[in-house]
Amino acid sequence: MTYIAKPKIDLPGQQRNAIGLLKRDYEGSLSTLCAGCGHDSITAAIVQALWEMAIEPHKLIKLSGIGCSSKTPAYFVHGAHGFNSVHGRMPSVAAGAHAGHRDLVCIGVSGDGDSLSIGFGQFGHAIRRNLNMLYLIENNGVYGLTKGQFSASADPGSKAKKGEVNHMQSINPVATAIAMGASFVGRSFSGDRQQLVALIKAGIAHKGAALLDVISPCVTFNDHAGSTKSYAYTREHLHHISETGFVPPATEITAEYAAGDSVRVTMHDGSSIVLKKADPDYDPTNRSKTLRYLEKHRDKGEIATGLLFIDDDLPDMHTIAGTSKKPLRDFAYAELNPGSAALEKLQRSMR
Amino acid sequence: MPATQSRVNDFVLKIATVNGTGSASANSLVMKALFRMGIPVTGKNLFPSNIQGLPTWYEIRANKDGFMSRSRRVDLTVAMNAQTYSKDLKEVSPGGFLVYDSTWPRSHTLARDDITILGVPLSKLCNEHFSVARVRILMKNVAYVGVLAALLDIDLEVVQALLEETFAAKPKLVESNLEAIMLGYNYATENFTCPLPVRAQKMGDNAGKILIDGNAAAGLGFVYAGATVGAWYPITPSTSLMDNFKIFCEMFRTDEATGEKKYCIVQAEDELAAAGMVLGANWVGARAFTPTSGPGISLMSEFIGFAYYAEIPSVFVDVQRVGPSTGMPTRTQQCDVLLCAYASHGDTRHPLLLPADPSDCFQMAVQAFDLAERLQTPVFMLTDLDIGMNDWMVPELKWDDSYRPDRGKVLSSDEVDALDKFVRYTDFDGDGIPYRTLPGVNPKGAYFVRGSGHNRQGGYTEDSLEYQDVMDRLLVKWETAKTLVPKAVLTPAGKKTRLGIIAYGSSHAAVVEASVRLAEHGIHADYLRLRAFPFGVEVEEFLASHDTIFVVEQNRDAQMKSLLMLETQINASKLVSILHYNGMPLPSDCIVDAIGKHIASEVAA
Repeated sequence: MTYIAKPKIDLPGQQRNAIGLLKRDYEGSLSTLCAGCGHDSITAAIVQALWEMAIEPHKLIKLSGIGCSSKTPAYFVHGAHGFNSVHGRMPSVAAGAHAGHRDLVCIGVSGDGDSLSIGFGQFGHAIRRNLNMLYLIENNGVYGLTKGQFSASADPGSKAKKGEVNHMQSINPVATAIAMGASFVGRSFSGDRQQLVALIKAGIAHKGAALLDVISPCVTFNDHAGSTKSYAYTREHLHHISETGFVPPATEITAEYAAGDSVRVTMHDGSSIVLKKADPDYDPTNRSKTLRYLEKHRDKGEIATGLLFIDDDLPDMHTIAGTSKKPLRDFAYAELNPGSAALEKLQRSMR
Repeated sequence: MPATQSRVNDFVLKIATVNGTGSASANSLVMKALFRMGIPVTGKNLFPSNIQGLPTWYEIRANKDGFMSRSRRVDLTVAMNAQTYSKDLKEVSPGGFLVYDSTWPRSHTLARDDITILGVPLSKLCNEHFSVARVRILMKNVAYVGVLAALLDIDLEVVQALLEETFAAKPKLVESNLEAIMLGYNYATENFTCPLPVRAQKMGDNAGKILIDGNAAAGLGFVYAGATVGAWYPITPSTSLMDNFKIFCEMFRTDEATGEKKYCIVQAEDELAAAGMVLGANWVGARAFTPTSGPGISLMSEFIGFAYYAEIPSVFVDVQRVGPSTGMPTRTQQCDVLLCAYASHGDTRHPLLLPADPSDCFQMAVQAFDLAERLQTPVFMLTDLDIGMNDWMVPELKWDDSYRPDRGKVLSSDEVDALDKFVRYTDFDGDGIPYRTLPGVNPKGAYFVRGSGHNRQGGYTEDSLEYQDVMDRLLVKWETAKTLVPKAVLTPAGKKTRLGIIAYGSSHAAVVEASVRLAEHGIHADYLRLRAFPFGVEVEEFLASHDTIFVVEQNRDAQMKSLLMLETQINASKLVSILHYNGMPLPSDCIVDAIGKHIASEVAA
């Protein structure tokens, strides 16, 4: 991971967002990933989503673990503090950061190696706590930095670059998260910019853990015939279960959807998600139906994408804990310290 | 009756019970009653790693001279557990006493002619008096308090007052407890010559003193330190630290109007996650800590190295227990000194704070945060089970209202704006400590925290010179740490001497008593109590100015001696280890014997 500053060029006709920032204000340093890496498309989608949402760069924190995916927080929003932690441990750092400052927008970028093997425990507990963050898994089924070993998300029957076939079952982060009680679960593809941007925005607006599993092909080690995480295979087997539209708070919904076809989920911050359903029997607010639906498509060899499940009413970590609305780190010491008189009084019971 | 020396306000009382029978409150009643009679007391709880049904002991030492360490003698044993009867019998010092429940006959093989055995039919008395089965079991333990009150001459009015305070909300319980106490008391006065030569006598009221354990004191200290985030994974013997932090937060940190909490306690999925949470919270600028024990430090080591290299303030408490591996979770040791000093792979070194008693735990909880934030590094407070979970008599905790936390070099938004460019890892002041910014303040202050190689600006690097530049600056910071950590405390001997003793942590109380005993035998030694690592100049000076230095510690491998050899200029042949590592708190006679023997062998040679 070399550190290359991205040149800032003023192009004519660039649009400014609601807080007057250009898209380039949401960019980071130059990516050092392989040319064509799916991760770079996800980075671009994050930039687009944050710019559209007009999030103040310094009100964002971006965290990651270890691996190719975990390098990417350096490539977006240079004005945000970043934390490239240790392997599989991003969720715990995010939990601590969120405990200390609940108002910062938190994006955690992880990979299938980082979240489904060494970090499987922390991944599960971020979901269980319903930690208010966007949890992105850039899923390519392979260990890139160590040159091509299968990851835990490699599908049975999938072939490695050198010909070895995986015979173990794959860990499916989406089904796992839904079964564990997740409040927001989506799946997308790095090559599907429009869907990805909408899901990222919805995930950020969601108050709770928003898991996005993004199939992100590894051009160097897992983009060959026989791989089930290649660009070609993913495109061929992709199944949009819905078209996802994100509507910011206080915006009139202008798009028209045929009745019975669309679902609108209003979130606690006033924004809403409009899903234009491709399948009439799909219901993203019903946990058991969603799981059945996903399994049905898996049986058919399809990769169902879109917002798969949402329950915006599940309490997040701070709601459960009853923590003050004011971020803890903003309390002045005088507001935290009981003082000498209280200490003296307390000690009367210790005699 | 065997001859017994009179021992007024100088005795050890040992109570053998079964855990889960409510004996803890009975024992605390005895301890507090002696305390309120003005007698210095300490209580040691020797318990199993179990919930119900296994043997447990409580040792109370009353000592008019104020010696707080454990003593190996036992003057009076209450043997309530038939399972351990033979062991308990063996432990009584010659001339001592043993009280047992004579409801059931005891084997004639279980006898000693050099002690006095007193049978009290406690079960029978309680069964006749109380009707509910569970109450009978509980009251049997309260009844021995009555026996002890008679035998030791404990003031019944004090006992009654304590019961009334304890059960203020349930006056009926005061009555039944008092009845049980009188059952024991009356039986003893009617059947034995009371009081015994081993007994208590009112000597004041212990004004200005409190009874507290180290975990409660540390939990309270973290409230006063302004810690708002506590992340933890339950592990004996550190669990009650977070329990206490929570109790005190509920008391002092809950908004009266809204009920909102000005704290956040996260029970993590494991110690690895607890460490990650501590780093995350401190990174955003909240004071966050985690209490754990040795096995937890092993698991946290990856993040500890990260915090060292990425320079994130963080506070770790290791309430040490017996290792290696799972070891003996309910026994005490000082066996994580080297683990904590150098935790994690690569070149790492961490400041350690070494409290000697609960009072130190309270103060050092605050100091730990000031040091961690000033130095931007993980700081460890190393206590142990003896300090953390046993009852200590200490001077009342004091708080200075003028205290303000030292948040270290944190740049405000305006300060960031005034810079051309913010750089994270550059030493501007020559003390090895860089400036940091907090998330959410100013986009110009943003930087990327990483455990991978970085240069003085904070950028990723694989360049040899840039890497080494940062590693060398961390050494400059280490030198600064030496000047900031609490200094070692010297207690000079009554006479000029070339002998020295070095000790730390819970060994302190035993060394204080041992020094007095040794002086009585003409052996004079200066005593240096270490309070922190890295060692300051005063430690070097002490090492240089003594010919033989006894290093007292509670582990097998002489870990502090190793640390002294590694980190000072000491000639190793001057250091003599005194090691105690059987899991029991260090008794003072162990030190007296070891030093006495060493001196005798020197003389003989």
